[in-house]
Amino acid sequence: MEKVFGKPEALQERVFHYCPGCTHGIIHRLVAEVIDELKVREKTIGIAPVGCAVTAYNYFNCDVQQAAHGRAPAVATGIKRVLPDRVVFSYQGDGDLASIGMAEIVHAANRGEKITVIFVNNAIYGMTGGQMAPTTLPGQKTTTSPFGRDVETMGYPIKMTELLNTLEAPAFLARVSVHDPKNVNKTKEAIKKAFEYQIQGKGFSMVEVLSTCPTNWGLAPLEALKWLEANMIPQFPLGVVRDREGVAQ
Amino acid sequence: MAERVMMKGNEAIAEGAIRAGCRFFAGYPITPQNEVPEYMSRRMPEVGGTFIQAESEVSAINMVYGAAGAGARAMTSSSSPGVSLKMEGISYAAGSELPCVIVNVSRGGPGLGGLTPSQADYFQATKGGGHGDYRLVVFAPASVQEIIDLMYQAFVTADKYRTPAMILADGLLGQMMEPVTLPEDKDLQIPAKPWATTGMINGKPQSIINSLGLVGEELEKINVRLQKKYQEIAANEVRFAEEDVKDADLVIVAYGTSARVAKSAIDKARAEGKKVGLFRPITLWPFPSKPLSELAKSGKRFLTVEMSVGQMVEDVKLAVNGQAQVDSFGKLNGTIPSVNEVYDAIIKSFNSQGVA
Repeated sequence: MEKVFGKPEALQERVFHYCPGCTHGIIHRLVAEVIDELKVREKTIGIAPVGCAVTAYNYFNCDVQQAAHGRAPAVATGIKRVLPDRVVFSYQGDGDLASIGMAEIVHAANRGEKITVIFVNNAIYGMTGGQMAPTTLPGQKTTTSPFGRDVETMGYPIKMTELLNTLEAPAFLARVSVHDPKNVNKTKEAIKKAFEYQIQGKGFSMVEVLSTCPTNWGLAPLEALKWLEANMIPQFPLGVVRDREGVAQ
Repeated sequence: MAERVMMKGNEAIAEGAIRAGCRFFAGYPITPQNEVPEYMSRRMPEVGGTFIQAESEVSAINMVYGAAGAGARAMTSSSSPGVSLKMEGISYAAGSELPCVIVNVSRGGPGLGGLTPSQADYFQATKGGGHGDYRLVVFAPASVQEIIDLMYQAFVTADKYRTPAMILADGLLGQMMEPVTLPEDKDLQIPAKPWATTGMINGKPQSIINSLGLVGEELEKINVRLQKKYQEIAANEVRFAEEDVKDADLVIVAYGTSARVAKSAIDKARAEGKKVGLFRPITLWPFPSKPLSELAKSGKRFLTVEMSVGQMVEDVKLAVNGQAQVDSFGKLNGTIPSVNEVYDAIIKSFNSQGVA
């Protein structure tokens, strides 16, 4: 009998610890499927962030370095420069990448480091218990914006993909979502392209994945997916904003 | 033939590192160590290594973290305020057991302080600086030649114990020129690093570089292992130098630039028949407590000379443990003490109670 579905080799035989309905599991799987399809698992080195995905080394079946909060792009830079023929990716959340690690991501992108960044944006701090993130929506209630994010004093959600698109160096920048199967497929396409561009030496690539946090949003898993679609996508438009190949054509 | 050249201390830091097999450098400009990244930027490409001017001190140490984790001999250099910024990464490197070298060409503080030489970062270097129960192996050179020698030793020690090491110099050592003998190209015996994240190639099991221990007992185990390693380092890696100590009534304890000035003051006192010697710690951690304790037992007294309010004096007092009097001379201005100032401190110490 033909096996039509199984666990990617790039994932370990372990059950995810993520909350019910959290989309980290989907995103982990997509990254692992891409690594398998590109046949680069043995030469891939991942960087785990601080946040819910801190133990990503327990899930990805490849070498992993765990980085300090926000510093994954600097750590990735160090690895890639020492081992330029390896495939290096960081997996980071919104607090990690867009707040405490803002300098690291912007400068790694600006140097055109040949790394791939998987940026998981769920508009909230998950692991610490639902505090306001740099990507929290205007009016969104969190444990540190109990009356809703007031843009007068707390500013607006930061659009990282667009922000990095002001730089010359990046090769591939896209924002995708995993709220329904069609978009899950699109997310995989984007992640695959991001890895391919790194392998081809084209430069820096980042895929921003809109994700859910049912626990800290206070929503059931299905409601969370609907909330993402209804509220996050208007704020964070989906699409590829930088494609070096596209520009070259 | 070994090469004999005139070299600035900061250049010696860079060249010494390259000759010790360092192939990755990331740093951020800060006075008085700018010649280190400048030298590295032109020298690294010659040996096929990597130089990166990082966007911040924080990024620089984290690039070193990544590079060291990938198996390279890696280093960063900075000066006091910059080293403060690196403390997060240093703690992570210690926790993740990554061999790497951090250089501090220190200047006056606190805060922005000044650009002039200082030894006020002794506490930061030897007592933690970053968070958690960790230790740095700290080497304190006192000449440009010793910078070259200790850069090599720092990388060897870091690799041997899988731990970060620090070179604590000061602005004077960084800026002054002295003749040095550069080591011949050694057959560098860089140990294999099967733990490094180089990919799971040819069946290599998964490597994880990590300092996380979510469960209390798990974290305790990590810390017990680290402490065992630090005890081993303390037992094996203590370095110090002595001059005229045997017949001395008073022993000056000083490291780095202070030891150079103290030596001249000791010569002056000796010329007047005063029996003064010099004890110079070369490793500030592990601190040479045992030899100091033995000197105290043999009836000698101590005077510490530091370019700070007096920080190392606390370690000297711990080592002496009440067995002898310990006086302290500290120069606070971010300037170098003059020979006469140290000489006066020697005389004052001699004239105080308990000295023959």
